[in-house]
This record gives sequence, structure tokens and C-alpha cells, in this order.
Amino acid sequence: MTGGGAAPKSGKQGGRMGRAAGPGRAFVWFARLVRSGRLLQDGSPGGPVLRLLVRWVRRPLLPAVRLWRRNIQLRVVVTTLLMSLGVVLLLGIVVIGQVRNGLLEAKEKAAQSQAAGGFTVAKEKADASAAIGGRDGDSGGGKTQNSVNWRSDLVEQLASGGPGAFNVVALSTDTQDVASTSRAPRVSGGVDFSSVPADLRSAVAQGTGVYQTYAKISYTGATEAREPEPGLIIGKRLNDIDGNAYELYYLFPLTQEQQSLNLVNGTIATAGLFVVVLLGAIAWLVVRQVVTPVRMAAGIAERLSTGRLQERMKVTGEDDIARLGEAFNKMAQNLQLKIQQLEELSRMQRRFVSDVSHELRTPLTTVRMAADVIHEARGDFDPVTARSAELLGDQLDRFESLLSDLLEISRFDAGAAALEAEPIDLRDVVRRVIGGAEPLAERKGSRIRVVGDDQPVVAEADARRVERVLRNLVVNAVEHGEGRDVVVRMGAAGGAVAVAVRDYGVGLKPGEATRVFNRFWRADPARARTTGGTGLGLSIAVEDARLHGGWLQAWGEPGGGSQFRLTLPRTADEALRGSPIPLEPEDSRRNRERAGAPERKEGGQRLSSVPAQPRPDRPVLPGAASPAVGAAAAAVDPAALPGSGARVVPRPSAERHTNSSGRRSGDSSGQSGPEGRDTAASGTDDEKREKHERHGAPDREDTVRGR
Amino acid sequence: MKGRVLVVDDDTALAEMLGIVLRGEGFEPSFVADGDKALAAFRETKPDLVLLDLMLPGRDGIEVCRLIRAESGVPVVMLTAKSDTVDVVVGLESGADDYIVKPFKPKELVARIRARLRRSEEPAPEQLVIGDLVIDVAGHSVKRDGQSIALTPLEFDLLVALARKPWQVFTREVLLEQVWGYRHAADTRLVNVHVQRLRSKVEKDPERPEIVVTVRGVGYKAGPS
Repeated sequence: MTGGGAAPKSGKQGGRMGRAAGPGRAFVWFARLVRSGRLLQDGSPGGPVLRLLVRWVRRPLLPAVRLWRRNIQLRVVVTTLLMSLGVVLLLGIVVIGQVRNGLLEAKEKAAQSQAAGGFTVAKEKADASAAIGGRDGDSGGGKTQNSVNWRSDLVEQLASGGPGAFNVVALSTDTQDVASTSRAPRVSGGVDFSSVPADLRSAVAQGTGVYQTYAKISYTGATEAREPEPGLIIGKRLNDIDGNAYELYYLFPLTQEQQSLNLVNGTIATAGLFVVVLLGAIAWLVVRQVVTPVRMAAGIAERLSTGRLQERMKVTGEDDIARLGEAFNKMAQNLQLKIQQLEELSRMQRRFVSDVSHELRTPLTTVRMAADVIHEARGDFDPVTARSAELLGDQLDRFESLLSDLLEISRFDAGAAALEAEPIDLRDVVRRVIGGAEPLAERKGSRIRVVGDDQPVVAEADARRVERVLRNLVVNAVEHGEGRDVVVRMGAAGGAVAVAVRDYGVGLKPGEATRVFNRFWRADPARARTTGGTGLGLSIAVEDARLHGGWLQAWGEPGGGSQFRLTLPRTADEALRGSPIPLEPEDSRRNRERAGAPERKEGGQRLSSVPAQPRPDRPVLPGAASPAVGAAAAAVDPAALPGSGARVVPRPSAERHTNSSGRRSGDSSGQSGPEGRDTAASGTDDEKREKHERHGAPDREDTVRGR
Repeated sequence: MKGRVLVVDDDTALAEMLGIVLRGEGFEPSFVADGDKALAAFRETKPDLVLLDLMLPGRDGIEVCRLIRAESGVPVVMLTAKSDTVDVVVGLESGADDYIVKPFKPKELVARIRARLRRSEEPAPEQLVIGDLVIDVAGHSVKRDGQSIALTPLEFDLLVALARKPWQVFTREVLLEQVWGYRHAADTRLVNVHVQRLRSKVEKDPERPEIVVTVRGVGYKAGPS
């Protein structure tokens, strides 16, 4: 039964091959395309073409891919469809195979027994005829005539057993003499004797057993032009009455079986199609049940996060989805409650601040006035009482400023501080601040110098707050400046303005630059304070800067003084990217050390590569700080960080070769040992960076001037 | 300089202390502790100046200020514990001429009171024209087409200060010094609020002022005559 699998389908074979040809050819075409594409890609000229092609193919697919990624429902439905399709196909193949085997087996057995019976009859007849012929002793011609008729009779007789159920063909084994009437093929039912395949014929001719095969049975005859039909052919070699070998074939048409199989095929295909479609629909419905609440939850979560806290999910039933909804709603409820609580708390805090403000200030006013009256009259008192009155007055001042600072801080904490920004010229503010700080500076023996005030430094800011910040910085600088000068530097560039206050006092230890902004922080608790600060000044200043969207940062070195820099955006809604003034001043010890020998060698050449400064007429003041100011004010400090944290940025400058002399050269040379080596080692890197920064600088200056 | 001062404050200790200080400076203080009784006391004592606490039992200071302003142009100085912009502006908009934030020093208070009272001591026959307004400085009257416009003394002073030098742009600081008598107080909200109040009275269209013109970024000046 070698050909068992192929034979029943042979009726459809041609059509199926024709259908298969399309995809097959397409595949070959595609493979060739891919191969050629790969070749193109490997070879230099065609690479971009393929990439273009891929992009061109992919572009219309992108929405589909996105949908696939984003839509879980689609994914589940498609997966279900594919998987159920696979299952149905597998099932169909198995079922069809079973049905076909069952059908054919029964037919085969019937056919075999029928054929065996026929063969036996033919053999018996031949033997009987031979016996009769031998007894009669007929001559050869009559015998031949007899044998011709005998074969025709035999075929007719055999075929009459089941007209329509099978046909019989008798062929002579020796095919060379087909023309001879006695050996011509005998057929029944208009069967074309060439339907018997050559393979079978040779097998039958050589062997003595029964052979069978599936083949297509075609018909001749003009009267009934029947379509060829699949069939089972069983053959055996026999001897006729003359003793000549001939082949007798039984041809069983399998039309009925084919029809049954077709019916089964069609039924299974239809059922499969329905199953797949229904499964897809079911999957769609089921997934929808789960996905809809999830999508709803996602949408509501989004709305919640945008602040619509009263959004809730609809909960129906008691299933898992309902539990999800309940949990979600509970979460939203708690969230809303917490937020409301916090808002309430914040409002209460603000209210509290306001109340404390009033409640504390009214008695304080009374005490203040009483103290002043007593203070006025202290001339009449004995010395002890008079001194007490003085102390009372002084400490009341301190108490007052502490109270107002505390209230200010708590106002910031409560978020109740409001910015009243309008365009102001920071030079006016600085002038006022310095005017106010002059008496203190005179007492301390310091001078306050202003640098960079030759052009307006305008920014949208709250004059009151900026003045408070700067007053704080300047007073601090004078206070800790140990009688040395204080330099107030101003600059504007690239959407930002900055004021830096530099002193040359005790400076800051490492790590202190960030801590100075902490509330009630003191550099040295043991150190006596000459002017009664509250310890909140810089904290308030930081908050003021932050309210503007600006930065307040500190830099300092032990014994080398410190610099506090306030950077404000030029307009209130602009974000700061850098500061026009570097945080670490040009005359810091580190910068001066780096401005050593290599700097002096290359100084001239480097200066020549630097474009002209936009403001060359900047006043050059005596002292260490001044020569670098022009460059410092013109270039934005890209390395500056937002926030109040201090940052020590190595910032070499071309001008600093002039800086090594100056009033603070003594102490720098005293400590320059290890640091000097460090800076020498990193010198090349710094030069590279410096060149890089210098290249960047002109652009920025152009934009600044363009505004 | 004699002057009757009505102190409206519910804190008895502070009121007493204010009394001590004011008497020491030669004023005649009288006291009322309740917002509801403030107006009656005002009518009775006819003070030259009112010191008004913002937070009072009964009617609050802003309401009292509005009532006083409705029937008199007597200078009102607010005592407030809150320096927040909203509180200050609300107080000023209700008609107060000046405010002083607690805790204050006695000298500061006295200086402010003196500054408010001083203006009544400078009668000089003078006629000024600003826009279509005619100002009689000595007669303390402002007229448009013969119709008199009622201004408080402070608003009058503000208008006169601008009208005397129509060519000059006054910064808020200069106005503070000239009209309020301050030296270093840099609270320009005082000026803003009073300019708005003045405009609401003298301008035909306060949205498009012609008498008191804003010079953006600098201050104010008198409109063209």
C-alpha cells in the first residue's frame, strides 16, 4: 500500500498544484529579493537602497505595530485565533486521515476478495477449457479462435458480476503483438486499458502474486465521455486456455469514497472555520470583560493624577474586577483624604503663623514702647538700672528681628510667600544696600567696592526681597571680612543676572559652603558675634532666591575668604542655565596657583585666540580680584549647579597671570605645596577644557549682546 | 503741636502704653477698645488723627476705617501685626492714609503721626491746574468744571505734589518722602494704592488715566494740562 496516501486525492491533485504554484513562486521571488538584498547590503552600493526599502515597508506597519504593543485585547484575540487555527488544522488532519483510512480499508478488502474470486474463476475456467480442448484435440486455428472468444467471454463474465462497481481488463503480457486479435486487450465498461500503470504491469508480468495500486481510471468511448476517476487496480498474471500468459486486472472506481471524503473535508473545514471564528469572538468578549475595567481604572488613575481627586471607579458585582475597583476607590479615597488633610494642615499652619504674628507682636509692641520710654529716661537712673535699661533695649531689638525672621521663614515653609516681581535695576538695589552697610564697614575698617556696574543689570525681581538678600550678604561679608575690602560684583549674560559678594576674611572650611545656609548655623559657636544676627538670615536669603527661581551659592576657602553669589533669571518665567559670574572667584588660591609658569608661557598666544571682550572698558581696579572681572562677567558659568549648594569649579582664566601678585600672595605661597603639585598634574586637562570653554564663549556673548 | 488722637485698640496694655507715649509727645489721646463703638467715639471726640488697630472685636479695623472715611477725611493710621501684602493693601484700600507694622518704636510712630498732622499747617494761596482740574491749595478744594471733588487730605497732597511740578516724573520713593514724609521706608505699595484711589476719584476713566499718568518702570507724573 505504498501509494495509499496519495491516491484518493489524485482527483484534486492538479488543481491543488496550481494553487500551490502562486505562493511558491512568490516565496522564490522573496528569497531572491532577500538574497539580492543581502548581497546589496554586503556590497557597498546597494546598502542604503535596502535600508530605504525596509523603512518604506516598515512605515505603514508602524501604526499596526504600535496598536499591537498597546492593545492587549488585540493581542489576546489574535493569539487565540492563531492557536485555535492550529488546533483545528491538526484536528482536521487527524480526523480526515482516520476517515479516509476507514473508508479505504473496507473498500480494499471487498475489492481484494472480489478480485481473488475473479482470478480463481478465470483460472478454473482456463484449466477446464484446457482439459476440454485436450480431450477434443481441436486443430490450432479453431483453438486460436476459441481462445479469442474465451478471453472476451471471460472479461464479460467477470465484469457482469458487478456492473458499475468494477471493471475488468485483460491484457497480454507480451505487448509486442498488440495487433493480433487473440492478444488484443479486452476491457469492460469502456475502460481505457492504459489506465493500468506500467509499474503495476511490470510487477504483475514478472511476479505470480496479486498486485494492486491506486491509480486514475480513464475511460474511452464516444457515447459516455466519463471523467477519469480515482480507483483501485488489482492485477494478476494468469494463463489462458492456450497456456499463454495474460494479465487480468480488476479496476474498482473509488468515486463514492472520494465523495464521502470530500463531504467530510468540507464539513470539517466549515466546522473548523466556525470554531476559530467563534473562539476569536469568545476571546474578544472574555478579554473585554477584563480589559474594560482595567482601561477604566487606567483612565481614572490618569484623571486622579491630574488632580481630579473625586474620580471613582464604577463597581458592580463581587468578582476580582470589582475587588480591583473597590481597592482602587479606597486608594483614591485615602489619597484624597490625605491630600485634604495636608491642605488643611498647610492652611492651619498659615493661619497659625498669622495668628502668632498678631498675638506675639501686640505685647511685644507694648514691651518695646515701655523699654524705649525707660531707655529715654535712663539718665535719671543709677548706673546699674541704666545699664539694665540699655540691655533691655538691645535685646528687644534682637528679639524683634529674630521674631520677624522666624515669621518670615515660617511664611516660606507654609508656601505663603508671594513674589512681587517687576523689572528692577540691581545696581540701584546694590547702591541702597551698600549705603546701608557703609557705617558698619567704616567701623570695621573695610571698604566696599562695586565692580561691573557700568551697564544696567536689569531683572524681573522683587526689590524688597533682593535687597534683603544682598543686605544680608554684604553685612555678612563686612562682618567676617576682618577689616579687608569687600567686592560686590555684578554681571548679566544669557538670561541671567548675578551679584557676587567677595570677602577676604576667615573664609569657609571644606563642607561649610553648603552648611552656611542651614538654619541657626554658626561657623564657630565659640566666636563672639559683633552684630546680633539671628542665624536665619542666609536661610531666608536662600528662600528668597528660590522664590525668584534663582540660586544662592557659597564658595570659600580657609583663610582665603569666601564668595556668595546670587543668580536670578532675567525674567520670572525663565529657567536658569548658568550664572554670569563663576562661583569660585578668579583670585582664589587654587586659581592663582594654576596661573603659574605654563600659563605665563602660553598666555600671550592664548590671549590672541580669544575674541575681544564685549566690554573692554571695564574699570580695572587695584587688588587681586579686578583683572578677571571682564571675562567673568561676560561668560555664563556652564558648570554652575542649581540650588544652594556650593561647588568648587576649577575655572582657569587667561587673565590670571596677572593675579599672582597682590595682597594675599603671602598666605597662598605658604600653603601651596601639595596643592601646587596637584594642579600641575592636571594642568593639561585644564588647558584643554579652557580652550573648549573659550571657544564656547563668543557665541554666548553674541546672544547676550543680541538681546 | 497739639493734636487729638483717637486710639482704637482692644489691647488695653498697648493702648495705655500708646497713651503714655502720645501724652509724652504732647498729643491728647482718647481711647476706644471696641470696633462697634469706634464710630460713636470718633464723632464725639472729633480727633485730628485716628490710630486704628486692624484686628478688633466687633467691627474690624477695615470696616471702621471705611465708616470713618465715609464721613471725614481725617488721617487714619493703621496699626497692623501683618506685613503681608494682602493685609496691607486691603487696609489701605479701605481708606487708611498710612500704616505702621507692629512692633514699632515709639519714635517711628510719633514721626508718622507728625507727618500726617503737619500738612494742615501750610496754608499758601496757590492755584494749580492739572488736566481739566483746578486745585485751590489754600482752600483745599479740587474742581472740575466748577464741580468740587472730595478728596482726603492725603490724596489732596498727592495730587498737589504732582501738579506743582508737571514736568517732573516722581518715583515712588520721592513721593513717599514728599507726601508721607518718609526717609527710608521703601514700601511703595503705599503709593500704588493711593494713586489708584486718587484716580478713582479724579479720573474720568480710571482705566485710562489722564491726570495721574504712570511712567512705566519709573513712577508717576501729572498729565498734560
